[in-house]
Amino acid sequence: MAAAPNAYKPDNKALAWIEERLPIIGFMRSATTDYYAPKNFNVMYYFGSLALLVLVNQIVTGIFLTMYFNPSAAGAFASVQYIMRDVEWGWLIRYMHTTGASLFFLVVYLHMFRALMYGSYKKPRELLWILGMFVYLALMAEAFMGYVLPWGQMSFWGAKVIISLFGAVPVIGNKLVEWIMGDYLPADATLNRFFALHVIALPLVLLMLVVLHLWALHEVGSNNPDGVEIKEHKDADGKPLDGIPFHPYYTVKDLFGVGAFLLIAAFIIFYQPTFFGLFLEHDNFVPANNLVTPAAIHPVWYFMPFYAMLRVIPSKGLGVLTLFAAIAVLFFMPWIDRGKVKSWRYRGATYKIALGLFALTFIWLGKIGGSESTWIGETYIGRVLTGVYFAFFIFLWAYTYFGWEKTKPVPLRVTMHD
Amino acid sequence: MANEGVDHGRRRFLTATTAVIGGVGVVAAAVPFIESWEPSARALSAGAPVTADISKIELGQMVRFAWRGLPVFVANRTKEQLADLPSLDPRLRDPGSKETSQQPPYCQNTWRSIKPEWLVMIGICTHLGCVPDYYGKIEPEPFDAHWKGGYFCPCHKSRYDVAGRVFQGVPAPLNMVIPPYHFIDDTHVRIGVSPKGAA
Repeated sequence: MAAAPNAYKPDNKALAWIEERLPIIGFMRSATTDYYAPKNFNVMYYFGSLALLVLVNQIVTGIFLTMYFNPSAAGAFASVQYIMRDVEWGWLIRYMHTTGASLFFLVVYLHMFRALMYGSYKKPRELLWILGMFVYLALMAEAFMGYVLPWGQMSFWGAKVIISLFGAVPVIGNKLVEWIMGDYLPADATLNRFFALHVIALPLVLLMLVVLHLWALHEVGSNNPDGVEIKEHKDADGKPLDGIPFHPYYTVKDLFGVGAFLLIAAFIIFYQPTFFGLFLEHDNFVPANNLVTPAAIHPVWYFMPFYAMLRVIPSKGLGVLTLFAAIAVLFFMPWIDRGKVKSWRYRGATYKIALGLFALTFIWLGKIGGSESTWIGETYIGRVLTGVYFAFFIFLWAYTYFGWEKTKPVPLRVTMHD
Repeated sequence: MANEGVDHGRRRFLTATTAVIGGVGVVAAAVPFIESWEPSARALSAGAPVTADISKIELGQMVRFAWRGLPVFVANRTKEQLADLPSLDPRLRDPGSKETSQQPPYCQNTWRSIKPEWLVMIGICTHLGCVPDYYGKIEPEPFDAHWKGGYFCPCHKSRYDVAGRVFQGVPAPLNMVIPPYHFIDDTHVRIGVSPKGAA
């Protein structure tokens, strides 16, 4: 996306007239046919474009849901039922939106894991990673507020629990909680403001961040499974030897990914839209009632690993601090990992095992976060796993800072394995 | 052109003062937007006091009333329940109710109430705001083998005794809140207003 070095001049006079005044075709070319990406992308490189696809899905279906949704405590629940039962195709549009939300997190988590596998957060892509983390944060806020809107039991109690987290702030905590809710409990005022933030403010922020993320990506170029900088080996024309134009090569590859993804998404939307109570929780089919707590309150699956930390730590202040630290620490990945070798292909077995354990810990924490068991042993397991989560970062820093890492030689050029 | 004869000190001063005054303006303009999120006049008036009729609450029973949209537990405690309170002290975080924000001064006593048998309490777990369940019977429970009656939060397993005092080793940090209230007569409680003469 950098300023085109050699301006593009279309042959067509009308296009040339436009191009002289708004160099939009040149910009498109620089971002597609003139944008070179490494030729060795594997299956892990589908999730960025899929995240973009889901974002478009959320915006389009969201706009149509807004046309029928009634953002008030009295009318929200009924209007969602109205969309599901009476609005033509309303059920499909809503299920596309709810399934899209969960799949958004699924592809974003895989996208982030890809970055951890291949060291995509390392120099020169530190800012790209940080912008991605901000996208993730905005997405979490967006998803949380969206989940409150149907005003079911889980909407209400989830909102209550998450907003109470801010009560842990010293001195102003309780005032802050009242300020966020605009009442003494989640009420009409809360639902209204969350609706405004969910449909206007946060989508704008999200879109802006995605633009910055892509801008930064096109400036530094994509990493690849070998962690080799393709810009270091160019041909006489200055094109990377190991690069291929994004269009048509990767547009076609991504189109294949889109096909596979839509097949899975359609299956969920048509046959298992609640996804066994994970994407849409059963308790949320009961209207919000501030005097009755559901048997177990838990957020949707994508927040559960962090929620588990809150559950198992026997102090509210410390629990909230741990939860926020667990997300904040990810921002610092580019400086925690001092290793020079990017890809885990050449980092040796220790990093692979550590990252595997980290992923396992994250999933297991998620299981505990959503558990309805009252077994005390689970709390202790959760505490150990919370420790393991943070230990990964401490280990990674020490392992690379003190040079304990035994790396394999990194090839000069990308390799094609299959 | 332009840069000849420019007084850079003057230019810096003007730029800085313009930025500062502009910044003050931005902050001032932000105030109405931030304050608009405060509870509205309607929300405040909905928080007015309520009267609870307690004549039909039987011994050992707990009934929920609503005040400010919050569940208020009113419990008629048995002699056995009250007798066990002091014995629980070593297992509690704040047995003496030292945390002054959690109850009015006239309820800072062993049973955390005006009349020992009558508990009036906001039934909101101090961990994350769930409504705990009432387990009034003095019998072993799956979550506590030495249960003397009290409240168990289904969300994160916090436990409280029949005076709403929190146990150690649970996520909730504080005893549950006692709201301001007073007895109008033997069978009616006014929730939201302290007794005359009390702070």
